[in-house]
Amino acid sequence: MDELVIAGKKFSSRLFIGTGKFASNEIMAKAIEASGTQIVTVALRRVDIDNPQDEFLAAIDRDKYLLLPNTSGARDAAEAMRLARLARAATGINWLKLEVTPDPYYLLPDPVETLKAAEGLIKEGFVVLPYINADPILAKRLEDIGTATVMPLASPIGSNQGLKARASLEIIISQSNVPVVVDAGLGLPSHAADAMEMGADAVLVNTAIATAAEPVKMAIAFKQAVEAGRLAYNAGAPARSRTAQPSSPLTGFLTDR
Amino acid sequence: MNTAGTTKSLHDIGKKLAAVGLDGNGNWQEILQNFKPADVERALSQPVGLYSLNKLAALVSPAAEDYLEQMARLAHQLTLQRFGRIIQLYAPLYLSNHCINSCLYCGYSTASKCERTRLSLEEALEEAEVIASEGFRHILLVSSEDKDFITVDYLAKFAKNLSSKFSSISIEVYPMSREQYAKLYQAGIDGVTLYQETYNRKAYAYFHPAGPKADYNERLAAHDRTAQAGMRRLGVGVLLGLSDWRIETLALAEHAHYLMKRYWQSQVSFSLPRICTAYNVSINYKYLLSNSNFVQMMLALRLCFADAGIVISTRERPELRDRLVRLGVTRMSAGSKTSPGGYTGKTEAVKQFEIDDRRTPAEVAAMIKSQGFEAVWKDWDAAFGPD
Repeated sequence: MDELVIAGKKFSSRLFIGTGKFASNEIMAKAIEASGTQIVTVALRRVDIDNPQDEFLAAIDRDKYLLLPNTSGARDAAEAMRLARLARAATGINWLKLEVTPDPYYLLPDPVETLKAAEGLIKEGFVVLPYINADPILAKRLEDIGTATVMPLASPIGSNQGLKARASLEIIISQSNVPVVVDAGLGLPSHAADAMEMGADAVLVNTAIATAAEPVKMAIAFKQAVEAGRLAYNAGAPARSRTAQPSSPLTGFLTDR
Repeated sequence: MNTAGTTKSLHDIGKKLAAVGLDGNGNWQEILQNFKPADVERALSQPVGLYSLNKLAALVSPAAEDYLEQMARLAHQLTLQRFGRIIQLYAPLYLSNHCINSCLYCGYSTASKCERTRLSLEEALEEAEVIASEGFRHILLVSSEDKDFITVDYLAKFAKNLSSKFSSISIEVYPMSREQYAKLYQAGIDGVTLYQETYNRKAYAYFHPAGPKADYNERLAAHDRTAQAGMRRLGVGVLLGLSDWRIETLALAEHAHYLMKRYWQSQVSFSLPRICTAYNVSINYKYLLSNSNFVQMMLALRLCFADAGIVISTRERPELRDRLVRLGVTRMSAGSKTSPGGYTGKTEAVKQFEIDDRRTPAEVAAMIKSQGFEAVWKDWDAAFGPD
């Protein structure tokens, strides 16, 4: 597969894996392995980031995977920034999946605080991958201030509903100059393939794999779906149009062409 | 800080409960009896995890008793999807059993001749160290209404001492002012558990004859203040056994829904404590719940609140707790000691109530694992919160 480049770093896999909700660290590690991913995101709230013995962290091989800390649970920019700094101080990792999710029920990202935090963190030298609603203007605003990607949601996190935000995602993808990672809401491999066919640069999957009856199998399914979707995109999928296009309904009479 | 709800004055929860007849003055017993299987089926065909009073009423009605398996399947699936294969563990730390209230069901009431114990900050810290050494990172500080000793300053100081050991500190003490809660939030306490005990005004008056807790309205309004002070975790609950559980569930849900809508940045958790044997208390409770009733209540709440926490304490027996892992529970206490000084064993204080699950935290974690779930000790970080 063609390489994905984020902030100058090259990746051959276009599947990010989230690490919540797994039944055990062992199953998580196996699913990560099977997915072929190279980027694994970890909620700072779940780990002792400064403890090398932390069982959760120990289950993720840092030589094989880029560990992408996330600030899930942060209520505002100040909290997200504080967590980011602590994580960097403890691990040296300056990549951050920025999540500002003040609403504890749907965990939807706060656009105002996300922009504010991104701005501050970029000034402090972080590589920021912000989780956002599928808001094309916010995506451009974030790109303008220098985020490494944008990570719009496909549908509310954990909902497994697929590309409910399709119309806005299409706009984001068509306008973006930074990689677009479709994050949250992908419940089936076909959803992931759909996003990749649409032109997303990568996708992030967690719940669909972690809560599947067989997470390892599901991880493989997502791996293949992402690869297929990307291949189809590169192959020049048939034009993405909202209307059917009969061959020549209006000009078919021009038989003398 | 969470300022939602402070800018506009909405109707008050007490008025709301009165308006729908859920403070004991309605005819809900009759309404609930009249639900038919078709009503239950209609409720079950509605979007899973969303609340309406009528839907919940159908699910707690006697007619729904024949649908427990179906409810359980839906609740299991929904909880799996929203929370994953995890159960978060916490431990309660009892600080004092001195009390100025007279709750008839409690071993710590003023009428009780039990020996009283208060932990100094040093003693409390020793207890917390035992809890931390067992693996816990979420702690609940519990005290009876002992305002002279367990002061806001005491709790704030203690919380600061705990911040290096625990990721999340909650309290279950007595109602406070918004300013007091704000002070505790600043000190690193991010959750408040406060049960109304019963939403039925008559039962409330009967069981709480004297002391500040006799004021139903004051207690009912407390959670508005906890949320306004910025608290992220609001624990609501009823003491099951004081009044008709079906009606209590509806009132509890109305209260939770009110809090969720108004304070959208705080997460509401349901606790379902069933009344236990307490020191020197002999009451024949009229409204005790069977296990089926209890499970029905839990499932009904889950099917109406997809993302609410559901907390089960060690009041319940191990056999039941093991089963509940798959039925919508998100948080469990383990290895609990329900008397001040219970963890270090230095004092011989009377327990607030007898616990039924005496397994160690490690044993409970192993049980959770054996069911294909992960026991999560840390799901928050002390770095959250105010500067």
